[in-house]
This record gives sequence, C-alpha cells and structure tokens, in this order.
Amino acid sequence: MIYNTLISPFVEFAFMRRALVGTLALALGAGPVGVFLMLRRMSLVGDAMAHAILPGAAIGFLISGLSLFAMTAGGLIAGFVIAVGAGVIARVTELKEDASLAAFFLISLAVGVTIVSLKGTNIDLLHFLFGSVLALDNQTLLLIAAITTLSLIVLAVIYRPLVLECVDPGFLRSVSRAGGPAHIAFLALVVMNLVGGFHALGTLLAVGIMMLPAVTARFWARDVTMMILIAVAVGAVSGYAGLLLSFHVGAPSGPAIILVAGVLYAGSVLFGRVGGVLRLAFPGRHLEA
Amino acid sequence: MLTRRIALTAAALLLSQGAASAQERLKAVATFSILADFVKNVGGDRVEVHALVGPNADAHVYQPSPADAKTLAGAKVIFTNGLGFEGWIARLIKASGTRAPMIVATKGVMPRRMDEEGHAQADPHAWQSVPNAKTYVANIRDGLIAVDPDASATYEANASAYLAKLDALDSEVRAAVEKIPVDRRRIITTHDAFGYFAAAYEVAFIAPQGVSTESEISAKDVAKIITQIRKQKIPAVFLENITDDRLLKRIGAESGARIGGTLYSDALTDEKGSAPTYIDMMRHNVKQLVEALTS
Repeated sequence: MIYNTLISPFVEFAFMRRALVGTLALALGAGPVGVFLMLRRMSLVGDAMAHAILPGAAIGFLISGLSLFAMTAGGLIAGFVIAVGAGVIARVTELKEDASLAAFFLISLAVGVTIVSLKGTNIDLLHFLFGSVLALDNQTLLLIAAITTLSLIVLAVIYRPLVLECVDPGFLRSVSRAGGPAHIAFLALVVMNLVGGFHALGTLLAVGIMMLPAVTARFWARDVTMMILIAVAVGAVSGYAGLLLSFHVGAPSGPAIILVAGVLYAGSVLFGRVGGVLRLAFPGRHLEA
Repeated sequence: MLTRRIALTAAALLLSQGAASAQERLKAVATFSILADFVKNVGGDRVEVHALVGPNADAHVYQPSPADAKTLAGAKVIFTNGLGFEGWIARLIKASGTRAPMIVATKGVMPRRMDEEGHAQADPHAWQSVPNAKTYVANIRDGLIAVDPDASATYEANASAYLAKLDALDSEVRAAVEKIPVDRRRIITTHDAFGYFAAAYEVAFIAPQGVSTESEISAKDVAKIITQIRKQKIPAVFLENITDDRLLKRIGAESGARIGGTLYSDALTDEKGSAPTYIDMMRHNVKQLVEALTS
C-alpha cells in the first residue's frame, strides 16, 4: 500500500523518474541561491528576473522552435541584459535598482508574451509560463544538472564574500574588494538557475522552487549553512510530493510541486522553531543557570 | 511641364485602375486556414479570402484582436465552420458591426458527438472526412453565389473542378488505408480531432486526453496513456502541429509505441510546410499513417 502510493509510480514510469531527478537537481542548485537572495533582501528580484527571461526564450523559440539550446541561450542573454541594464540605470540615474528592475521585467514580460503570440501558436505560451516537467528529455536533464553543478562550485568559491556582504557589507568593503565581483557572479547564478527551472517549471513557477524553500528554511535555522541544507531538503521534498500529488490526484505537475512547497511554508510560519507564530506566542521558559 | 502632367495623369489612371481591380475582388473572411483554402479554391481569382486563425495556429485557444474586427467589418461574406468550433465568432461579428452574411460551411453535415469533459457535444472537426469537405465546398459555392450572383458561372465551374479533385482524393485515401492490416489500424494522438476521419476510413484514433488542447496535462494522465498503450498494444503514437511534442516523444520512448510524424488536424501549414492546402494535408496525414502502421 505504502509502496504503491509512494514508490511504485517512480519504478513503473521512466517519465516520473526523470521528473524527479530534474526537480531534485533544481532544488539542489536553486535552494542555496534562494537563501542568499532572501538574506540579501532580494526575494522579489528572483521573480522579476524570471519574467525577464521570457522574451529571450521566446526569441529563441521564434528562431528555431522548441529547441533547448536556442531557448536557453536566449533566456540567459535576456536575463543578463536585464540584470546589467537595471544595475546600470540604478547607478547612473536617480532611480533605485528595485524600481528600474520592476520597469525592466514588466516590459520584458509584455515583449515576451507578444513575441510568443505573434508566432501564431498561442498554445505554446502555456509551456513558456508553466514548463513541462513531465517531458524532460536527456538534453534538458543534462542542462539542469550542469547548471546545478556549476552553481554549487561557484557558490563554494564566492561563499565567504557573499555571506559577509549579507551580514556586514561595510566590513567586507574595508577588508576586500571581492564584494562586487561576487555580487555579479551571484546574479549570473540567479539567471542560470531560473533558466534551468524554466525548462521544467516555466517562467512563472521556476522562481517558486528557488524562493519558497529558502523562506521556509528561515523559520528553522539561524545559521546560513543549516538554512541552505534545509532549503535543499524542502525543495526536494516538494518535488517528490508534488509529483506524487500530480500522479495520484491528477493535478498539473508544475503547480503541484510549488503548492507542496507553499504548504510547507505555511506550516513553517505557524510551527517554525525560529520566529514562527506559535513560538513567538508561547516562548519557551527562560533558562537560568 | 508637359511630361510631368502626363506622368501625373498616368499615375492617377494607374491608381484608379488599381483601386478598381481591388474593389472587384470580393472580400471574404474565413475563420481558419482550412476553410480559407476551400474558399480560395471555389472563389478563384474573384475572391480575396482572409483567414482569421492563420496557418499553424490553434483555433481552440485563439484570441481575436481588434485588427480581426476591422477585417470582418470590411468583409462582404463570412465563412465559419460552425458546430461550436469558433466559440468567439458571434461576439466578434457583433463587435465588428459587420452586415456581411455568415455562411456556416458544415450545414447539412451529420455531426458526430464527442465527449468533452463529461458532457456530449458536437465534434466540429468535420473537414477531416473528404465527403464532408465536399459539403463544405457546396455550401461555400452557394454562399458565394448568393452574395455575388454575377459570377455564378465562375463559382460553379471552380466548385465542380475542385469537387472532382476531392473525389479523386477520397478514393486515394481509401486505397491507402486498405493497405494497412485491419488489426493494426489503431493509433493514439494528442487531440481527438480525427473522429470523422476514423468513421469514414475505419482507423481507430484513440485520444489520450479526451479533452481539447486547453487543459494542462498531469502525471496521472501521462501514466494512464502509457499504461493504455502497453495494455492495448497500440502500434503508433502521433504528434500534432500545435501541442508540445516533447511529451509525446517521452511517451513513445517509454511505451514502445512507434512515433509517427506530424498529423495536421485544425490548421494548415504555411507555404513552406508539408500541408499548405487541404488536399496536401489529407495526403500528408494518410502517408504518415500508412508509414507508421504498415512497417
């Protein structure tokens, strides 16, 4: 019974195994990136960047159909252009970075939807917005795995400046000049992970597997390392449970995965050990020596 | 000075002539590309036809644009498929304020019932059987004659020439399907648009979703399809030109069914594609079926 519910779908069907591997790889790469986005108070930047990817992917689609390479390259280019563009405008003009990013991503989204619709095949817009985690082929899986691997390596390299900049940017500036390059490398990771997630979950939900596990982890740990581990675990559990939900209940798979992450988040808000509602309402007895 | 005047007069003459010949051509609007192809064949040079849902686009999820309302407003006659295929057309016609008569091309076709999300409704994809296509052509001919009686001889001649071609196509399709062993005439496609084709030519089209291209597919659906193919030993799976083919490739790889080429159901391709006209489309579909099912 338990075997039938929890394991046999993955034993019986290869597409379920592929979807699971894809989401696990995504959780592994996007989880840590999400934690840093949250710590740097850039939680919504992920969302903005995800929308910014759409026109690039759409142009790639326009040129060569549902080609993995063209859509990935397009998404990466668009993501970088928007990230750099918003940064430059924030430096040169009066506008703050979040405001210019908002402007950029809204324009991108409109351009993206227009391009996809101009091609005439309206239905493909759904694949852009919601992805197709059930249709992951070898190429796409390899791409996601490569992105995850690269993310973990780069994160390991820039880990120290990144953490320092989160907690004490002034101190980091006084001892090292690694802050700027680390920030740019980090933005590149955000874009890459979103493009990877885009193939599986679409532009709207790719950011879900990045941010929801991260904000959930915030309720369970104070320590960054612990937070990252919990975020990855939450992402993995969401992927697994979401696919099962889609398998047994018939819910569309992408939204099901993100919904499970949402339920975990809601539970953590209530019961979280670090700053959860119940914890704040009934603080433990003050320990005295 | 004189030369300039001559040039101007000549230009004016040319312009007025251009306008006149444009005016002579009857402006017709068809809701989608296959219907537009029929109208083109019956109307010939006298009719200028515009398809609202162009090649490679899906009429089920089509969103009318203001430009379409403008096109309708300028039309002298509007052709629709009917049978609920273009749910948006009534509102669009109202919005455009056009007075052009609307000709329903499926008038007289025996509608098949299809089961969509639990409740039965008419299957609109009647053109998938060639005998029905002949009904379309007859309706279009009568519609054109009604709005442009001066050219009735032209329309009659074009229509009967095209009907003869359709007769030849019908026997061609029948002969091709004959070649497939009866027990192998079963395929799965994404979109249950082939009900009329199935009834006319005795090939079973098993739809995996049972719904049109609107709903998003879940893991449960995919698992059901794969189990179904394995159980019923269905020899081939076909892709369609308007839904995600990556998913079908996965299903084929996993179930052992042969992946057929693309079948065109609701839309023609553009000039460069393999189905720019209705006759090409039917020939292409049959060729794909025979290739996947006989080998």
